[in-house]
Amino acid sequence: MHVTAVQTDGVFSILWLVIALPALGALVLLAGGKRTDKWGHWLGVATVAASFVLSLILFFALLGKDEGERQYTQHLWNWFSAGSYSVNIDLLYDPLSAVFLLLITGVGALIHVYSVGYMEHDERRRRFFGYLNLFVASMLVLVLAADYVGVFLGWEGVGLASYLLIGFWQHKPSAAAAAKKAFVINRVGDIGLSLGASLIFVTFGSTSFAVVSAHADKASGATLTAIGLLLLLAACGKSAQFPLQTWLLDAMEGPTPVSALIHAATMVTAGVYLIVRSNFIFSLTEDARTGVIIVGTITLLMGAVIGCAKDDIKKALAGSTMSQIGYMVLAAGLGPAGYAFAIFHLLTHGFFKANMFLGAGSVMHGMDDDVNMRHYGALRKAMPITFATFGIGYLAILGVPPFAGFWSKDKIIETAFGDNFLVGMCALIGAGVTAFYMTRLMLLTFGTTKRWEKGVHPHESPKVMTYPLIALAVLSAGGGLLLAGDWIVDWLTPVVGEHEEHHLAVGAVGMSLIALAVVAAGVAVAWFLVGKRPVPKEAPSKVSVFTRAARADLYGDAFNDEVIIKPGVVGIRGLATVDRSVVDGLVEGLAVALTAISATFRRVQNGLVRSYALTLLGGAALVLLTLLAVNFG
Amino acid sequence: MSDFPWLTVMLVVPFLGAVAMPLLPKSLSVENAKRFALSVAGVELVLGVIIGLKFHNDGGVQFTENHEWIKAFGAHYALGVEGLGLSLVLLTVILTPIVMLAGWNDGDEGRWSPRAFFAWMLALEALAVGVFSATDVFLFYVFFEATLIPIYFLVGGYGGPKRAKAAVKFLLYNLFGGLVMLAAVIGLYVESAKAGHPSYLISDLAKLDISTDVGRWLFLGFMVAFVVKAPLFPVHTWLPDTSESATPGTSVLLVSILDKIGSFGMVRFCLSLFPEASHWATPAVVVLAIISIIYGALMAIGEDDILRLIAYTSVSHFGFIVLGIFVLNSQGLQGSNLYMFNHGLSTAALFLVAGYLIKRHGSASIRDYAGVEKAAPLLAGFLLISGLAVLSLPGLSPFVSEFLVIVGAFVYSPWAGAFAVTGIVLAAIYVLLMYQRTMTGPLREDNATITDLNLREKVAVVPVLLLMIILGLFPKPLADMLNPSTDHSLSQVGAKDPAPTVSDSAEGSAQ
Repeated sequence: MHVTAVQTDGVFSILWLVIALPALGALVLLAGGKRTDKWGHWLGVATVAASFVLSLILFFALLGKDEGERQYTQHLWNWFSAGSYSVNIDLLYDPLSAVFLLLITGVGALIHVYSVGYMEHDERRRRFFGYLNLFVASMLVLVLAADYVGVFLGWEGVGLASYLLIGFWQHKPSAAAAAKKAFVINRVGDIGLSLGASLIFVTFGSTSFAVVSAHADKASGATLTAIGLLLLLAACGKSAQFPLQTWLLDAMEGPTPVSALIHAATMVTAGVYLIVRSNFIFSLTEDARTGVIIVGTITLLMGAVIGCAKDDIKKALAGSTMSQIGYMVLAAGLGPAGYAFAIFHLLTHGFFKANMFLGAGSVMHGMDDDVNMRHYGALRKAMPITFATFGIGYLAILGVPPFAGFWSKDKIIETAFGDNFLVGMCALIGAGVTAFYMTRLMLLTFGTTKRWEKGVHPHESPKVMTYPLIALAVLSAGGGLLLAGDWIVDWLTPVVGEHEEHHLAVGAVGMSLIALAVVAAGVAVAWFLVGKRPVPKEAPSKVSVFTRAARADLYGDAFNDEVIIKPGVVGIRGLATVDRSVVDGLVEGLAVALTAISATFRRVQNGLVRSYALTLLGGAALVLLTLLAVNFG
Repeated sequence: MSDFPWLTVMLVVPFLGAVAMPLLPKSLSVENAKRFALSVAGVELVLGVIIGLKFHNDGGVQFTENHEWIKAFGAHYALGVEGLGLSLVLLTVILTPIVMLAGWNDGDEGRWSPRAFFAWMLALEALAVGVFSATDVFLFYVFFEATLIPIYFLVGGYGGPKRAKAAVKFLLYNLFGGLVMLAAVIGLYVESAKAGHPSYLISDLAKLDISTDVGRWLFLGFMVAFVVKAPLFPVHTWLPDTSESATPGTSVLLVSILDKIGSFGMVRFCLSLFPEASHWATPAVVVLAIISIIYGALMAIGEDDILRLIAYTSVSHFGFIVLGIFVLNSQGLQGSNLYMFNHGLSTAALFLVAGYLIKRHGSASIRDYAGVEKAAPLLAGFLLISGLAVLSLPGLSPFVSEFLVIVGAFVYSPWAGAFAVTGIVLAAIYVLLMYQRTMTGPLREDNATITDLNLREKVAVVPVLLLMIILGLFPKPLADMLNPSTDHSLSQVGAKDPAPTVSDSAEGSAQ
């Protein structure tokens, strides 16, 4: 749909403050140094909470407008220009950015509160909150920017925050390595955004959403497909989609609130946002959409399979995140039929996955930071609130009615079947696998029998941590209300265009029943394989090739190592040798020859100035030759 | 005071300062002598700020002075700056005091006295101002060659163990380039004389009607010198060798400021005096630039010596700068013009902070460090910010320039854009790999004594970091200064931007 927004006025003119507050928080916390240690974390919480309040005010103001008038831009300043190309720091507030604002600041504020407790004993807590605020500010830039290059600013800003937070405990080599890996792989994705923006400029003479959306239909199909695929590459990096998925599992090295906020609820969904935001491109190119569908489908299956084999509770959830974002990407690839459902699932997933990640953090908090589920078991009694809230998240991700995930995932599966039977089947199977790994996770953690390590005394977390869990559990339970009366679909229509309804032979209710049956099968398998058998404390080593592959993240890292890193290291070493011996040698050889010649002229004195003069003399000869060549050649 | 000779004053102040250094009374302590040099650089900075404020962005060449110098050659003592020249003069006067402060004690154990160390820096500052403001080709050439002398002494007198060899290598490469350029300079004289009155003024030379063949030869003469200076593959090897041996401050003066003479010269002389030849050479230069981007970055990834690593990143960045110049469109050239300034800042920051680290532990080898963040968190933070600037993170000033160059390359040919953009991935690798290896992980035992930054060191680097952040989000002051310069160069070279594929999109831009 066209972006033809009007300049902000009235209440909408506070838009910039939504970003400025957490940005200011980050500035104070990072530049303020130790002076802010005592109260810094509360400043971090307060700025994000204030942003949430502003987002609410803005949201209701937008809600009060007619459907056709729900687009506002705020021009802040001209960023840069060159020739006819001009990029402004402009904000775009419309129904799509409105829901993102609520998600980012709302879930962000809850996770900030939780972190006050979770990071209490970390001596660098202030810095942690500084980074978190930096993240929130960047993420808000990402979803509010009205220009692809503005998006890029937020895009790399969240990348930086993610880098800093994954590597927050950087004394651990694994954390430092994971942080770098995440940044570098994201940069591979950024190639897509850089070239995509370049191609958009070449085609439209601008990279602002307003210009591109107004003229997209005049561009050639091949150009639109190319733009779409480049944006898809960018999305793959940020959203950990195949083939750029390998960084997300390693990213779990970061403190758990980071995993919840950045690597589950918000940042990793930026790719989905980018595709849906670019609906004016994707709606016109079926080829690019096919690419999006393929990537989403592959990833939703890969992530689910990986989630099945992980004993590390956070990595199991990370596999799940990959998989769930795969669903969103798939939905976004379905075009006008799926955009709204992609965003719907993004929101509900934001609730229930943040809920479960924080729940996992709460469990780790009680288990001396052990992440191995083989050392858990029977925690439901020791941690009743964590168990209850996690349980609601579990029901939500499974897609059990009436919890949030039921409404959102069901819609995606239904729409996928409407588009293509094979894709629909993959989405359906994915739901079954999800039920398996999530049930396995629940059983290993809260069910079965105690397998605790010596000296571990699990206890419920403090209120500052459990209250956010409860809030997120409520959202996970009730998030489906967004679909009541097709609200979310209608709400997003001004952004993504009129919704296309697919009608399935089995009907929507029939489809839901089939999906529930598949989920039940997944739960049953987990029950018999995990719940009914004793769980060994050590992961069994004699396992099938499939388990081994899933444990190795389906060999994503192995492939990168063998095909890119190892040859790269050898190549660079070779190149260094060439640089020293051949490139340098050739030129220096020439220089040595020249020196030798000049040396014969300056036996008497070895002064620098003299050699300089002599070289000049030699130059004069060269000049004469050149001039001769030029004039008589 | 419209005809006050601002630029001459800016030339003379640091020059007199340099001359005064050895003449200062012997009784004056070394510290006070250094303070004297720093104040001279401070005065120069104030002068720079004044002309920066007096400058009119759309006023063309300003602060002009023109006196006949050697009549027989048509050489003039002619100065003046437009946007690009001014931005580089400003870069010079900003960085010189910073380098002095950061390397306060770096000249104490040299072959010559610390006084001489500071004197050479002032001399270099004077010559750099001259080279960026000369509007006469002969005068430019004189400054161009003269800058080699202070750098030679700074490298050869105050560097690491291999400094003597490095200094000679530096000199040989640059003399070679200078010689070839001299040939072209004389060639220009011949052409100018043919047309009547010989004159070396750029404004006169630009009006000459030079034949295609001669134009191409002369273009090559200048270009060879500039490619050695702003080193591109394959004539780059002097740069890592020199940076390895020089003090970090000297490397800043060399890489951030003096190497810009090369890229500045390409815009100022190659494009404006030889438009036909510039178009003719474009494909070859573009290929060379792209090779440099990738080659320099790969070498940086494989490098263990931090100073050499930074030098290689500059080879990569000069590849970007030259690429942007020769794609001959507004985005590319404006990007490069911005890049020259921004690269000056980011590389200065990285060299200086890395220098702080090396000074503390006495080794430039990445292998000798691990976990330093634990011992010196501020140093680590500054290194990271500098590194992020070098990898062109959006929000820091180099991003806008690099992005515009990539867009410009893409406008020229999607393939050029696609190859150049790999630089952003490689940059992430070389910066973050270095950071990871030196700063993260468990603290190495022998690194535990590394202290965090002292006040002097902070004061020196913080302005650079702030400038990068401010210009990253609000580059307008710099960009507005450079935009007319970009337009002018492009009109001189006769290049027009292609229209967007989808027309009539100029209207309706987001308001």
